Amino acid sequence: MALLNEEQAMLKDQAVAWVSEQAPVAQFRAVRDQGEGRCYAEPTWQAMVDMGWTGILVPEAYGGSDLGYLTFGLVLEQLGRELTASPLFASALVGTTAVLLGGNEAQKQQWLPKVVEGSEVLTLAVDDGPRHAPDTIRLAAEPTADGYTLTGAKTFVPEGMAATAFVVAARRTDTGATVLLLVPADAGGLSRSRLHTFDGRGYANLSFEGVAVPAVAELAEGGETLLTDVLDRARAGLGAEMLGTASKAFDLTLEYLKTREQFGRIIGSFQALGHRAAELYTQLELSRSCAEAALQAVDAGKANIAPMASLSQAKVGAFLHWMSNQLIQIHGGIGMTDDFDAGFYLKRARALEALYGNPAFHRDRYARLLGY
Amino acid sequence: MAEAAELTSFRSDVQAWLKDHFPASLAGKSVAMEGGDALGPDEVRWRDALAEAGYGAPTWPKEYGGAGLTQRHARILDEEMAAVGASNPIPMITGMGITMVGPTVLEYGTDEQKQRHLPGIASGQIRWCLGLSEPNAGSDLASLKTKAESDGDNFVLNGQKIWTSGADISQWCGALVRTDTQAAKRDGISFVLLPMDQPGVETRPIKLISGASPFCETYFTDAVAEKRDLLGPLNEGWSVVKRLLQHERQSQTGARPGGDAEKVPGITELAKDYVGTADDGRLADADLRTRITEHLIDSKAHNLTVARIAAEAKGNPEVSAAASIMKNSATKVAQGKSELTLEVMGAKGLGWEGDFFTEYELRVVRDWLFGKAISIYGGSYEVQNNIISKNILGLPETTQKG
Repeated sequence: MALLNEEQAMLKDQAVAWVSEQAPVAQFRAVRDQGEGRCYAEPTWQAMVDMGWTGILVPEAYGGSDLGYLTFGLVLEQLGRELTASPLFASALVGTTAVLLGGNEAQKQQWLPKVVEGSEVLTLAVDDGPRHAPDTIRLAAEPTADGYTLTGAKTFVPEGMAATAFVVAARRTDTGATVLLLVPADAGGLSRSRLHTFDGRGYANLSFEGVAVPAVAELAEGGETLLTDVLDRARAGLGAEMLGTASKAFDLTLEYLKTREQFGRIIGSFQALGHRAAELYTQLELSRSCAEAALQAVDAGKANIAPMASLSQAKVGAFLHWMSNQLIQIHGGIGMTDDFDAGFYLKRARALEALYGNPAFHRDRYARLLGY
Repeated sequence: MAEAAELTSFRSDVQAWLKDHFPASLAGKSVAMEGGDALGPDEVRWRDALAEAGYGAPTWPKEYGGAGLTQRHARILDEEMAAVGASNPIPMITGMGITMVGPTVLEYGTDEQKQRHLPGIASGQIRWCLGLSEPNAGSDLASLKTKAESDGDNFVLNGQKIWTSGADISQWCGALVRTDTQAAKRDGISFVLLPMDQPGVETRPIKLISGASPFCETYFTDAVAEKRDLLGPLNEGWSVVKRLLQHERQSQTGARPGGDAEKVPGITELAKDYVGTADDGRLADADLRTRITEHLIDSKAHNLTVARIAAEAKGNPEVSAAASIMKNSATKVAQGKSELTLEVMGAKGLGWEGDFFTEYELRVVRDWLFGKAISIYGGSYEVQNNIISKNILGLPETTQKG
């Protein structure tokens, strides 16, 4: 764990206590069993808003506390541990980052205070197809006298059913440039449908049939790299959530190794399993360093945010993948049952890995950024 | 703020001191002492200047030849030395003295032992080796057989040690010996210090697969260690050596052959040279590119973790159990880099000697071979995993009965 200042330490303590008491994995199970469309518990989300978590990145002038990405990561790590479902990451980190980096003063005034108070829920709609491919956005943005007309589709949009507005990545039909546009969920010609994914979260597919978007809705301040800059901050944040999910999977596994008996012995006394636990723990520690370093790079505004974000996604993603498989394997038969939580972690792991580029995507990107 | 001002003033003192004492001829050179080569006149001058200031072992107390610096001050010293291309040769010159023997004597030694042994190390005068492993006690160190029998004021040692680094060029040795043959394995062991220049000590260098001979077999035949050189209590040498090995691991956790992806052209440039690039300028072999990337990511993750552990310890790093994690991680990075480098060079990575191969290519081969020792010495990769599972994770013992 990185060294925390007093504010960060307090927030972390708050998150640890609240998540384990108010939003543990049992609550996620209940929501899943209910099968409701938004896929999170409304009081849980409201409590997050009340605690000010929606304003962690937002400057005080717009109603937030401006505590930074590492601080946000502390909260996300705890949510990741208990698989707590909410639009916090999608809205208060990803959507908010788009407005912070790309918004003009009027747009910040319009959106940020409402995101902080929870009356607007933002989410990024980036991919047109099943694989993360931000370099090949296809959704067409045809320039009009006052803005654009959008035609096409977006898929696998996180919290797409709960969002009140989308940050939509589209391609200009004239210049071929990528633009980010703020589109209200009730815009004419825009429809959404729920995706039933195995992690039980509220993803949506979006369909744009001639959606008129006014020029004032374009996030134009961030320059040509705006989408990449937003994604890299999203990836750094996602790394913290993934780290939390992996670290809880490790803790569950370690606990089982210490209590389960077979052949008259605690199974953790078998060297094959002791060594596997040692290897998993080593990778957990290495992954934590990468996740924290990426968030710190964002906070420090460093030039290496892109490689650090990919480093975090590649390292933490690969560890989470392995850890979630080992969670099942080491638990044996009990790990295969729906009554036990292991399956939730496995399923969530794959969804998190895929969201903003899987480890293979980020290894390739890391190599590209380093010039080979 | 007073503290910040004090640190700034210390920094300028160090800068001035370096200007006066560091011979420009040594800039950018590290002193190679692996083979016990003689020091040149500038190197002697530099060593003595460091010793005089206590900078050979800057964090040790002044009374024992150190400079009594805090970790923060020591880091400033490091930074300023690096800025002028200076390195401290004393850890190299003294073998196991600075990194392992000194810290353990500081912790377990009596005041008399500290006075007797530490200044010689801190000043770079006395080189130390360690007699730990035996032919049948490697990873299972506690099964050692070298005996030390009481004889008046002395112990008389008989037995054989192996893998004694630099035994042939050291003046002193710290040896793990059995002082009670009746006690349980770990309970009858003591740690003694003895001079190497005596009739009862014989050393034979061992030629390794890399062609080098950094290690020796060391034979004790009625060798003498004075009882005042018993470190820690009689028959409690196992706890002393456990601590000693933690210091060893700590010294082996740094990322070896430069892996920092952002600074070192290293493996990626090498791969482009030997393997070639595709039309888009990227490395032509996509599979190799992936494996190089995995290596560089592991290397970066390792360096970030070293930095994180230091930051968490607020600049006062205790020797911790985490060292086992870091030793294994450092091992993977170092060996992985060697394997990739060899692979990239193709047949040029197979050279033993001769003009067909460049000096660099030949060195890579020797490093690759010598690097196989990293996962064996200082507690093998598997022993480190035993330590992690038992001491850090709290899992039951896997290697011992009862």
